[in-house]
Amino acid sequence: MITAAFTYHRPKSVQEAVALLTELGENGRALAGGHSLIPMMKLRLASPGNLVDLAGIGELKGVRADSNDIVIGAMTTQYELIASNHLADKIPLLRETSLQIADPQVRYLGTLGGNVANGDPGNDMPAVMMCLDASYDVTGKSGQRRIAAREFYQGVYLTALEADEVLTAVRIPMPAAGHGWAYEKLKRKVGDYATAAAAVVLTMKGGKIESCSIGLTNVADTPLWAQEAAKILTGSALDAPTIKKAVAAAEAITSPASDAHGPAQYRTKMAGVMLARALDRAKSRARG
Amino acid sequence: MNDITPTSAERAAKLEGMGCKRKRVEDIRFVQGKGNYVDDVKLPGMLYGDLVRSPHGHARVKKIDTTKAAALPGVVAVITAETLKTVNLAWMPTLAGDTQMVLADGKVLFQNQEVAFVVAESREAAADAVELIEVDYEPLPVNVDPLKAMTDGAPMIREDLKDKTSGAHGKRKHYNHIFSWQAGDKAAADAAFAKADVTIKEMIIYPRVHPCPLETCQCVASFDKIKGELTLWGTFQAPHVIRTVGSLISKIPEHKIHVIAPDIGGGFGNKVGAYPGYICAIVASIVTGRPVKWTEDRIENLSTTAFARDFYMDVEIAATKDGRVTGLRCYTIADHGAFDACANATKWPAGLFSIISGSYDFPTAYCLVDGVYTNKAPGGVAYRCSFRVTEAAYCIERAMDIIAQRLGMDPAEFRMKNLIRREQFPYTSAFGWQYDSGDYQTALKKAMESVDYKKLREEQKAKREAFKRGETRELMGIGVAFFTEIVGAGPSRACDILGIAMFDSAEIRIHPTGSGICRLGTKSQGQGHETTYAQIIATELGLPADSITVEEGNTDTAPYGLGTYGSRSTPVSGAATAMACRKIKAKAQMIAAYMLEVHDDDLEWDVDRFRVKGNPERFKTMTELAWAAYHEVPPGMEPGLEAINYYDPPNFTYPFGAYICVVDVDVDTGQTKVRRFYALDDCGTRINPMIIEGQIHGGLTEAFGIAMGQEIHYDAEGNVTTASFMDYFLPTAVETPHWETDWTTTPSPHHPIGAKGVGESPNVGGVPCFSNAINDAFAFLGSTHIQMPHDHWRTWMAAEKLGLHA
Amino acid sequence: MAKSQIELKVNGKVVEALVEPRTLLIHFLREELNLTGSHIGCETSHCGACTVDLDDKSVKSCTMFAVQANGADIRTIEGIANADGTLHAIQEGFREMHGLQCGFCTPGMITRAYRLLQENKNPSEEEIRFGISGNLCRCTGYQNIVKAIQFAAAKLNGSPFQEAAE
Repeated sequence: MITAAFTYHRPKSVQEAVALLTELGENGRALAGGHSLIPMMKLRLASPGNLVDLAGIGELKGVRADSNDIVIGAMTTQYELIASNHLADKIPLLRETSLQIADPQVRYLGTLGGNVANGDPGNDMPAVMMCLDASYDVTGKSGQRRIAAREFYQGVYLTALEADEVLTAVRIPMPAAGHGWAYEKLKRKVGDYATAAAAVVLTMKGGKIESCSIGLTNVADTPLWAQEAAKILTGSALDAPTIKKAVAAAEAITSPASDAHGPAQYRTKMAGVMLARALDRAKSRARG
Repeated sequence: MNDITPTSAERAAKLEGMGCKRKRVEDIRFVQGKGNYVDDVKLPGMLYGDLVRSPHGHARVKKIDTTKAAALPGVVAVITAETLKTVNLAWMPTLAGDTQMVLADGKVLFQNQEVAFVVAESREAAADAVELIEVDYEPLPVNVDPLKAMTDGAPMIREDLKDKTSGAHGKRKHYNHIFSWQAGDKAAADAAFAKADVTIKEMIIYPRVHPCPLETCQCVASFDKIKGELTLWGTFQAPHVIRTVGSLISKIPEHKIHVIAPDIGGGFGNKVGAYPGYICAIVASIVTGRPVKWTEDRIENLSTTAFARDFYMDVEIAATKDGRVTGLRCYTIADHGAFDACANATKWPAGLFSIISGSYDFPTAYCLVDGVYTNKAPGGVAYRCSFRVTEAAYCIERAMDIIAQRLGMDPAEFRMKNLIRREQFPYTSAFGWQYDSGDYQTALKKAMESVDYKKLREEQKAKREAFKRGETRELMGIGVAFFTEIVGAGPSRACDILGIAMFDSAEIRIHPTGSGICRLGTKSQGQGHETTYAQIIATELGLPADSITVEEGNTDTAPYGLGTYGSRSTPVSGAATAMACRKIKAKAQMIAAYMLEVHDDDLEWDVDRFRVKGNPERFKTMTELAWAAYHEVPPGMEPGLEAINYYDPPNFTYPFGAYICVVDVDVDTGQTKVRRFYALDDCGTRINPMIIEGQIHGGLTEAFGIAMGQEIHYDAEGNVTTASFMDYFLPTAVETPHWETDWTTTPSPHHPIGAKGVGESPNVGGVPCFSNAINDAFAFLGSTHIQMPHDHWRTWMAAEKLGLHA
Repeated sequence: MAKSQIELKVNGKVVEALVEPRTLLIHFLREELNLTGSHIGCETSHCGACTVDLDDKSVKSCTMFAVQANGADIRTIEGIANADGTLHAIQEGFREMHGLQCGFCTPGMITRAYRLLQENKNPSEEEIRFGISGNLCRCTGYQNIVKAIQFAAAKLNGSPFQEAAE
């Protein structure tokens, strides 16, 4: 219940935060909403000697447009994502996903940046970002860079983010108007991590799938971008045999942990079921 | 008397006595955050204790190095088994007649077992010091499978009992064996089975679960060196038992121990027994001369305090081909973990498990229970039930469904055919229990009509056809359970805990101006005693419930009692309350007779007054009599108006109920939606219908959790994998179904107010109702028994096994 | 470990204190300020018994360090009652509808319900259940808690309350 002792820092700018993280190295951790990190610290599974609280950095908040991208500040909370009618209109997948993360209290403080940067395979936003082909704006001691979500995740708690880097914004190319979308999450109870979840974004034309993108949550060490399954579906009318093939392709890339959610065999099957249901809902929402 | 004189009914209503939905007294402080729970207790100079725990499920402890911890600034003491040995407290007796290590004595026997106790000036220093204690472990082979505990070569858990061929409950047949206990008539049962038309046999497992109240276990121990007195605040469902047992093991005289159980944040059986944390805090206070607070966190609570259930029941039922049961046999292996810390009445190592013949008229029955040791946390306790009644009820209700299925009979009709009939009460079961009262057929009929059972079965038939045609992937299940509980422990000839007889008490003192105070030996942890006992008194004595203060939990002032668990408060202390009231009323009647100058027999009681028979304008209210009892006492009579009653119940009470639920199972994910849950309960006289309904809602929610996903799970290496809220399934408001409650009222003939108790009925009946529903969903495909919990993956696996995913 | 100076508002009063960075907000409230109404039920941020209202948000105070709350405006259960000392409609609703038994989850529930009704003045039953999904209760089975919040919503809106049939 009691964390190890640490020194607390509250920088006022990204520059200051990066400077601190650079200086502290392995001895420093960024603190966003805190609802992944602080519970781990209380169990003493993580005991950073320094916390760099990003809450005082105004430039990490806000939603703006940048040509065809929507750029969301990393410290935007799940509550703010849900409350944004603009985002609900342009990228409705975000609100549907956010509402399935944790509970109201956690959503008031939990941030988008924290959820995508944590590296916990149970986090929901990473697969959604891979599905949307989002990229992450990152600032470190060597300057700024942009990392595609599809290239960001390396393993459990292992991401492309360096120790001196701060993820400052999430950049999402605006999905086409009339796109279909769904985040279908199987869980033991509301707010739980996914037994398996599927994020789908697709466009239809003349009754056929014109484009399709699929992300899978918590069925491997990292979130998965089910590229092969999406390819199989593209050009099809979402008929039963094609869906069956796509589901098989999605199942084939999973390697879930056996845990209280169920044995690996079951979770793989559930990835497939969630995908099928997500496709069905996405199709019903698509216009085209 | 005139038009403005209130009628009897109006006067009665104003009293807020039995039967009314009196709003709760305790709410006023709770809704303002002004409860007084143990962690709210702050004393000057108070220290904080924290425990070092074993990461291993079974290991020798070769060395404990406390130097670094002791040197940490703020650390005042570090206690190990060696320290405790100097005061003979390294081991403590359990309530089941076993002994239990307080701190690791050369060995640890389950993961997270207590190894050392650190005492420091702050929580932070204590937590840091815990990290600095270095322990050398030598891991040993682990066994967490109770079915393997008595095999040759199974790891020996209790080396301290190595040479003991008998224990507290008789002979031991293996080094991991604790007790064998049997009841019923084996020969008669065997004979019935030998000639039966139809028999079924099934292994019914009730997994290990944990009561998990929202407040964990905690205490503050304060030993006053000058007076030689110990004051102990704690989460104690049975404060007097803690005091007596505490005195016996610590040798501090009982009158110098003050135990205070303040507000308790839920108990459900978890807070009956004594835990190492309490003992360590007491010793630490003695050693340091300062108060010591010990609180556990949730993982500690779930993984080391008393679990519940963990019964493997191999059950058989014999019946005639037209569906009359003729015999019942059950062989059970009970997993008690590393120490038998079961909170049962001592003569009953398997509690009241022999209620397993349930609500049915079994002519013959036999059960045998073997308790075994494994490398798991010690226990178990009665998680919102009377001792082992949930296990028994689950077993018989599942088994009745299984044999109904074998016979091709509807589960409700099969039950109706075999329920004990009204004319048979008081009914003596094949196990010798005398059920006090019941009208089972009426209750089941009412339940079935209320849910339109016939229509549900028709709907299910249609849905099954639709499933077979591939039109739906949902299976509809209808669960039926008809339970009888045995609660209100208990008659002292049958019930004692370590020799402490299980009566209970009420002491009532009425003040001169007509209000009063009632103190009892029970201890509410949310059941609303401050509200309900006053209602009994209001009805008995004609004083407004609002005028009666109810107190529990302080052993200096409360009369001796055995506490609250096993639904015993209403049956035992509720009876004591009524009996004490009647003594007061008798004295009041004499005073009234004197004041009205009539004979005692010339008076009759009318709601709140004694009035002269045939002359109702001449009366004395209880309020007037209270004053008189002090200040206008009849000559020769002692002043005062109070009484105490210690009630030794003549029998247990037997609440019962009929529950029916409807579920829809999604075959492709294993998810179950509860469409409807109807619960009819009969608890005899109903004291506060609002509180009864609240108890049913809460108990059904716990039952839902148990049936649908709770388990305390150990892997083969002895790691407990479900010890936090990340994994231990506690439903939120979103998953929890809507509950419909109903009732019948069959008063208990032997209870002074006819009340039976109800708090635990919903857990007893709820679990089998849910489990029967899910089993029923798959039954038409040939499935006979799917084990609990019915979480998504297990339900899916059942569907997979039946070939439903092809 | 060096302590930090913090200043924040709690139940309308300005509070100044020196705290260790690792002091959790819940411990600060309970131990430093003696506001023992908020409770601790777990250490993994699931149970919600520690919920407070902070800068117009429902926050689990066990998952925040007191130093993070520097400058914040916090309302705990002790500050929920009306300014004139009468019970808030939510507190009244919990009593009227028997929405509590042991009382341990109650401060967190009420504090959460307070913010829920600010977010949504007239929530449906489903919205209420979803709205309190971060608060666990072991005693009531939630049904009467839902009714308590419906009672409060009606009272605050000045509309008649009809208790749902069983």
